[in-house]
Amino acid sequence: MDCSLAGSSVHGDSRVSDAVALRVRSGILEQTGATAAVLQSDTMDHYRTFHMLERLLHAPPKLLHQLIFQIPPSRQALLIERYYAFDEAFVREVLGKKLSKGTKKDLDDISTKTGITLKSCRRQFDNFKRVFKVVEEMRGSLVDNIQQHFLLSDRLARDYAAIVFFANNRFETGKKKLQYLSFGDFAFCAELMIQNWTLGAVDSQVDDMDMDLDKEFLQDLKELKVLVADKDLLDLHKSLVCTALRGKLGVFSEMEANFKNLSRGLVNVAAKLTHNKDVRDLFVDLVEKFVEPCRSDHWPLNDVRLFLNQYSASVHSLDGFRHQALWDRYMGTLRGCLLRLYHD
Amino acid sequence: MPGKLKVKIVAGRHLPVMDRASDLTDAFVEVKFGNTTFKTDVYLKSLNPQWNSEWFKFEVDDEDLQDEPLQITVLDHDTYSANDAIGKVYIDIDPLLYSEAATVISGWFPIYDTIHGIRGEINVVVKVDLFNDLNRFRQSSCGVKFFCTTSIPKCYRAVIIHGFVEELVVNEDPEYQWIDRIRTPRASNEARQRLISLMSGELQRKIGLKVLEMRGNAVVGYLQCFDLEGESGLVVRAIGTACTLDKLSSPAAFLPACNSPSKEMKEIPFNEDPNPNTHSSGPSTPLKNQTYSFSPSKSYSRQSSSSDTDLSLTPKTGMGSGSAGKEGGPFKALLRQQTQSALEQREFPFFTLTAFPPGFLVHVGGVVSARSVKLLDRIHNPAFVGIMGNTRSYKLLDWNSFNSDEPETRDAWWAEIRQEIKSHAKALGCHAVVGYSESTSICEEVCILSASGTAAVLNPRFLQDGTVEGCLEQRLEENLPAGCGFCHIPYDELNMPFPAHLTYCNNCRKQKVPDVLFTTIDLPVDATVIGKGCLIQARLCRLKKKAQAEANATAISNLLPFMEYEVHTQLMNKLKLKAMNALFGLRIQITVGENMLMGLASATGVYLAALPTPGGIQIAGKTPNDGSYEQHISHMQKKINDTIAKNKELYEINPPEISEEIIGSPIPEPRQRSRLLRSQSESSDEVTELDLSHGKKDAFVLEIDDTDAMEDVHSLLTDVPPPSGFYSCNTEIMPGINNWTSEIQMFTSVRVIRLSSLNLTNQALNKNFNDLCENLLKSLYFKLRSMIPCCLCHVNFTVSLPEDELIQVTVTAVAITFDKNQALQTTKTHAEKLLQRASTDNEELLQFPLELCSDSLPSHPFPPAKEHLESASSNSGIPAAQRAVTVEKASPMGEGNFRNRSAPPCANSTVGVVKMTPLSFIPGAKITKYLGIINMFFIRETTSLREEGGVSGFLHAFIAEVFAMVRAHVAALGGNAVVSYIMKQCVFMENPNKNQAQCLINVSGDAVVFVRESELEVVSTPQPAASCQPSCTGGEVTT
Repeated sequence: MDCSLAGSSVHGDSRVSDAVALRVRSGILEQTGATAAVLQSDTMDHYRTFHMLERLLHAPPKLLHQLIFQIPPSRQALLIERYYAFDEAFVREVLGKKLSKGTKKDLDDISTKTGITLKSCRRQFDNFKRVFKVVEEMRGSLVDNIQQHFLLSDRLARDYAAIVFFANNRFETGKKKLQYLSFGDFAFCAELMIQNWTLGAVDSQVDDMDMDLDKEFLQDLKELKVLVADKDLLDLHKSLVCTALRGKLGVFSEMEANFKNLSRGLVNVAAKLTHNKDVRDLFVDLVEKFVEPCRSDHWPLNDVRLFLNQYSASVHSLDGFRHQALWDRYMGTLRGCLLRLYHD
Repeated sequence: MPGKLKVKIVAGRHLPVMDRASDLTDAFVEVKFGNTTFKTDVYLKSLNPQWNSEWFKFEVDDEDLQDEPLQITVLDHDTYSANDAIGKVYIDIDPLLYSEAATVISGWFPIYDTIHGIRGEINVVVKVDLFNDLNRFRQSSCGVKFFCTTSIPKCYRAVIIHGFVEELVVNEDPEYQWIDRIRTPRASNEARQRLISLMSGELQRKIGLKVLEMRGNAVVGYLQCFDLEGESGLVVRAIGTACTLDKLSSPAAFLPACNSPSKEMKEIPFNEDPNPNTHSSGPSTPLKNQTYSFSPSKSYSRQSSSSDTDLSLTPKTGMGSGSAGKEGGPFKALLRQQTQSALEQREFPFFTLTAFPPGFLVHVGGVVSARSVKLLDRIHNPAFVGIMGNTRSYKLLDWNSFNSDEPETRDAWWAEIRQEIKSHAKALGCHAVVGYSESTSICEEVCILSASGTAAVLNPRFLQDGTVEGCLEQRLEENLPAGCGFCHIPYDELNMPFPAHLTYCNNCRKQKVPDVLFTTIDLPVDATVIGKGCLIQARLCRLKKKAQAEANATAISNLLPFMEYEVHTQLMNKLKLKAMNALFGLRIQITVGENMLMGLASATGVYLAALPTPGGIQIAGKTPNDGSYEQHISHMQKKINDTIAKNKELYEINPPEISEEIIGSPIPEPRQRSRLLRSQSESSDEVTELDLSHGKKDAFVLEIDDTDAMEDVHSLLTDVPPPSGFYSCNTEIMPGINNWTSEIQMFTSVRVIRLSSLNLTNQALNKNFNDLCENLLKSLYFKLRSMIPCCLCHVNFTVSLPEDELIQVTVTAVAITFDKNQALQTTKTHAEKLLQRASTDNEELLQFPLELCSDSLPSHPFPPAKEHLESASSNSGIPAAQRAVTVEKASPMGEGNFRNRSAPPCANSTVGVVKMTPLSFIPGAKITKYLGIINMFFIRETTSLREEGGVSGFLHAFIAEVFAMVRAHVAALGGNAVVSYIMKQCVFMENPNKNQAQCLINVSGDAVVFVRESELEVVSTPQPAASCQPSCTGGEVTT
């Protein structure tokens, strides 16, 4: 089996003719003295083999036990990894969308838009959906479940966990404002959220533990509103942050001017999370309410970090504020996300 | 009642969804042996049922044990309608009947359906308790071992090589029974599979009986073939070489010390050949009706005719079952004066072996072959015309009544051919034929029977213990230096059977040798070879008019001599072009189709040091005085000379210069002479001997007098050598290479091309065929480029013409890598040139259009299995953990004995991968145990050919499935490799209009346990059982 081909044919990324052309360009004919016809038939062979393998790849543990092909374990792992690999461009298009028939119908558009072949789009989409279906109702860590049932590498399993998490919570990622974000950015956020905001974060014995956000927690977030609703508290918070950061921030004046807006934005995002609709818009809101204002004032990343650290920490010094734990759970994750989201 | 068969159905996995509503299956299993059936409980709603059944026990005769396969059917339970079959597993329990092979068959078997292919797997445990057979009239031959390997198996020693055994059984083909019109294709396929399984069991048992009669204990070089004669039935025939083998005691170290109690049960006196029970049972022993009747009465309950045919058959079967009587005859009266050797006493002193113990082969005379064209529906033997004539057309009803005669007819056909072979051998001054094989090609009602072998003089020491020690005066030559003895002519110089050119042996200078030697055997180990060998093929097509019956047969037999002649000429020319002087492993296949005949000869050319240096090829034109023509000729001549020179370099043929005085005999210019003697006989007695030595003409001179000859020369020159780093041969190993590394990879490739029927000429056809074969080879080279430097060994081409314009070529070969460093020393100097050559060849090739390749299918390459231990340990974390758990659970097995015996501890770690190779050995490894013969027959049919990826997709999938099933069976026997694997038949039929296709595949080989040489030292310490084998774990947890 030719590994160089394994990728393209398992992907279904290209038609046989394309693969042949690709191989011709790689100079293989000159190296081996083979004819084009030989190459063509050889490529066909590979495609046929992979076509037969595809069925097994749908449930990778089957690949381990099947008797039809004798594949050394390292090669098996490679095949699985290649088959479940996805394109950044594609995943950005479907991230957060419901993995339904409707979305599947839009694949041709995605294909034309991204330049990825429709066949490949279908495979990637089906992979997402398959993984989603299998782990949807399971207990235990999402990443572990994916790894166990699809035998993916740690890296890939984490990515899939993010995809599944996004699909389940239907976070909006397609807005124009969010286009500058990469899949990696979202995956990073997803991981933080899974770790801190889901049911599994408090109780590891619940169904869907890693998939669904902790509803109770989201309800409680309303309580944070007091931070901006109570004028005194807001002023106190601002002064604490300003005192601490004076002289340390290049954009101190902008920060000072914008503090209330920013704080209001962040707290309102939290308060709104009780509604499913607003959960979906989480990233839009974060970008609108925080990333964009800071960016327009040209905050350097380091200043953003200092600010956020101080902003979260100062709350502990607010005597009138009783929801310290809640604030930490919220802000801890959000701080990580925002820092990741803050770039051009 | 000498045997008890016990079967346990453990579990299933990956079953198909049979109930669309629940996406699940309610599976149960039927276990059938003979006429007894057991059922498991229905395991509701699961795709991974755990039946964990009780032991189903069948109490059966050992004849049945040998004949019948165990039949396991997995079904989906349906409350309201008929239960749906999911698929079947046939298990041949023969390997359990030898005393030293496996004692248990246990593992995951693919569940196979002839329409859907593999559908899940089932875990089965099978055991046999065999009681000592006290019946002196027994008809079973349990305990006789069978080997496909055509040499003495590696862990045995040949005490005596007894000789030829053959047998054939005939039955009606279920596909052509009237009932086939009303039953489903599935039922018909299954009936066929079952019948063939049954027939091969019966055949094997009968051969076993003959072996016991000859006081042997094993059959080596066992070759079983099916002739699908269509309307006139199904013939299963087998040939082999009976031997008395002794197990070498050395590998005992690997076997566990504790012997299982069950072993004693089935201990049959084995290594002591005179088995008192068997001696007394002659062919005339009264038989039991039940067991000797032909199978349909057993397998199909055709009540109407079966009961009486059973009876009517009985008295005849002794005769009908072939030449049992004839072969029984080491003691047959002999009228010959020369009591030269024990061989002469045998009716057919033939040996199917191709490699021999040292000293066995004394001289080799040359290839002998015979062909005969027969009409299937009219039996030529006058003795039977009366019987056959009247019933033939209505045979659907009463074929049984003359069925008993049919083997006799087929036997008579073969006997005729064998007789001919024998007389050819005698003409060459030889008393034996080695490397003997038989084949058929059938098209409609015409059948070509072919047999070929190598005439030889053998050392009687191995043949009959003591009796004829050293009676042959020629045996003196045993003292001659090794490596040339076998080349010396066995015939009388003054009374040569054909014009040949003799010289003194280049090696010993004492004996005469021919200038060219053709043989069907492997290169003897002690032969001195200069340079490397190479694959030489002659390919030929001849158009033939479509005709009916007798006219057709006549046309074919008229064509045959010409084909033979041309094939031979081609071989000879190519051999010269390669600057070599001997062919080994020659196999000439002539295939008959509706409107053409095809000939394909493959052999491995070598330069034998003992034989004289071959001369070049000269071209002569017929029309002198034509300047441009002359020029053309000289151009060609130059090209040929260049090619010869290049080949000499490529294959490293640098024979030492021979000083003039030694070459006493006049060799002004070496002349080519044929070593071949063949004949065609259209019907029974007409024998034409063909002189292939080109009359008086000097064969070295190719005359270009017409375009035909021009083509020939062209085709000579366009034959492309393999790309650099590749060598190929059709013998077991490549002569001249011996530093093999352990990486091997086997592959099978089937290619079907459709010819455009319009104005086909012989030339166009030849070219197409030539291109087809060349391209096949090229694509193999391409696929294997990562293994360079490597050698394609045992390249085996099979041609068939399934339909009018369809040519199907099947190739099986194995690629073995060899040590680069050592090879480099010799090839370094040529490397540069080779590269250049490769590229120019490429250009030449591009001229050939490939418009005809409508469909090509290909190979199922195995990923090269490397060190299993390493690969197992390199598993990624999770699966390894899972496995470890199951293995742990599996270890406290109740039956420690079977575990120990079925798989020696060392095998536990490596058993996960089952290697398949057409070779009789595994490079870098030692075979410690032969577990029995694998002989499987599968039919696959589809009614959705396009959806399954067309012909290629269909065949590709099917071949992969066949491999999977073979591997599963081997693994279940506790083996980790199949050696001497061969795909004996691959019959493909297609109906593109109906979107249908059907394919039959017959494979065989020897299941073995091997241990890597590198692991041998480690063996004594128990390996951490990180078995990646799926089979032996889950099942035994529950026992």
